[in-house]
Amino acid sequence: MAEIRKNALYARRRMRDSMATSLAYAATLFGLGWLVLILAVLLFHGFGGLSLSVFTENTPPPGSDGGLLNAIVGSIVMTVLAIVIGTPIGILAGTYLAEYGRHDKLASVVRFINDILLSAPSIVIGLFIYEVMVAPMGHFSGYAGAVALAVIVIPVVVRTTEDMLRLVPDTLREAAASIGLPRSHMIVRIAYRAARAGIVTGILLAIARISGETAPLLFTALNNQFWSVNMNAPMPSLPVVIFQFALSPYEEWQSLAWTGALLITVTVLALSIIARSLTARKS
Amino acid sequence: MNMASTNMPAFSVPVAHAGVSMAGLSEKVSIRNLDFFYGDSRALKSINLALYANKTTAFIGPSGCGKSTLLRVLNRMYDLYPGQRATGEVMFDGENLLDPKVDINLLRARIGMVFQKPTPFPMSIYENIAFGIRLYERLPRAEIDARVESALRRAALWDEVKDKLDASGLGLSGGQQQRLCIARTVAVKPEVILFDEPCSALDPISTAKIEELIDELKQDYTIVIVTHNMQQAARVSDFTTFMYLGELVEFGVTEKIFTAPGDKRTQAYITGRFG
Repeated sequence: MAEIRKNALYARRRMRDSMATSLAYAATLFGLGWLVLILAVLLFHGFGGLSLSVFTENTPPPGSDGGLLNAIVGSIVMTVLAIVIGTPIGILAGTYLAEYGRHDKLASVVRFINDILLSAPSIVIGLFIYEVMVAPMGHFSGYAGAVALAVIVIPVVVRTTEDMLRLVPDTLREAAASIGLPRSHMIVRIAYRAARAGIVTGILLAIARISGETAPLLFTALNNQFWSVNMNAPMPSLPVVIFQFALSPYEEWQSLAWTGALLITVTVLALSIIARSLTARKS
Repeated sequence: MNMASTNMPAFSVPVAHAGVSMAGLSEKVSIRNLDFFYGDSRALKSINLALYANKTTAFIGPSGCGKSTLLRVLNRMYDLYPGQRATGEVMFDGENLLDPKVDINLLRARIGMVFQKPTPFPMSIYENIAFGIRLYERLPRAEIDARVESALRRAALWDEVKDKLDASGLGLSGGQQQRLCIARTVAVKPEVILFDEPCSALDPISTAKIEELIDELKQDYTIVIVTHNMQQAARVSDFTTFMYLGELVEFGVTEKIFTAPGDKRTQAYITGRFG
């Protein structure tokens, strides 16, 4: 052993190994550091503004106190509608890609387009919905906002559904077929069940993804200073309120923007943790 | 005799000395001039073979000889994959099961299959069995309970799982999972059961249990087993088919194949000279 320790080649290898290890640790710390900083700053500025009135009062006019109730409700309403529209389409398209289209040319085209959509800048999606919905209708609306968010949801759900279904081993499909189960039944009763945690995770991640989107809402739902659950009219949302309030010169608005940012971050964090634990439980 | 040119396997059936009486044997499945293609490549070449009712037939041969392919023709499992096709005749109760008009799901209910790796469904032990039963019969709960129990007893698993029927089938050991899959197959009331290397992922004790089970099952079912393990073929089967490079080289009573094979290639394989 002592002989080997003195060997120059071995010493160099050991040194390189410890260098690579410390670099990896340093990079991890650097990356995580920003996350910790963001959370710390958010907590520092946002936590002080947290009070019951944030959840019970609407956004105030400049110079007076208020809350974020209308923005929170608007965000929830549009997110729910976006998920309701986007999830079935996403799951069905993902099912086609994973189960029916494996050997189709069409499937690879669809997959390619979906990947483009997945990385499309959300502002482009906002502009697109503006063109096809807001302009013809003549006004901004919660519907347009929800559809814009749904367009963001679809590719995320398509991708995770396909990936999760592909993780279901073919032997399970064959086993289902071997007792005479038709393919559509096999998908619904066996494959979905085996991939359930993963598919739900995909939906949660899609919610997390859209809950902070601002650009597509600016062009579609716009904003509303008042309480409104009329989907056919402009609708407030947390990200747009944050955008507007953070840029304003009024201290009350700025403080509410910090609180709103904290709320969104905590929501996204919670969704990610739930998603993680779902997939962890599965494996 | 040149087998490739006549397409006739060497039927080593001077059964009188082999210990199995040929009298009373009925052909459950008759394969005639079967060819199989993966795309353009011909994986099975003019197979002619009879599978006898209530007997166990083993398919042996080196990897890639086509024995699993042949097994997967019998329940048309290959249909799941485009580019795979079979030509010829596979008669099963007077019907050519290769006929596109055959209801493939009903066919698979009648010809069940157990796979190399255990494949329990992601549901409870009880549901794994009840699921298949409910596909074909609408029964009161009590009767389903009884059918589940009898299937699990048939698969020699009942005593091990009777207190945890609601637990996930995925929580069982490999050998138990495989017996669960056998129970699931049996519960659908098939006539033929296909085993595709059912023990290759199992430990010796589980293997022994499955082999014992196969021996009991043949009272009620016609059994076909693909195996890499020649001792296993010798232990569990009544008839053995030796395949090589997509051809059926020799078919006969198992004892005869293993003691006095009629073909040089069979002899070389069973004595371990290749494969």
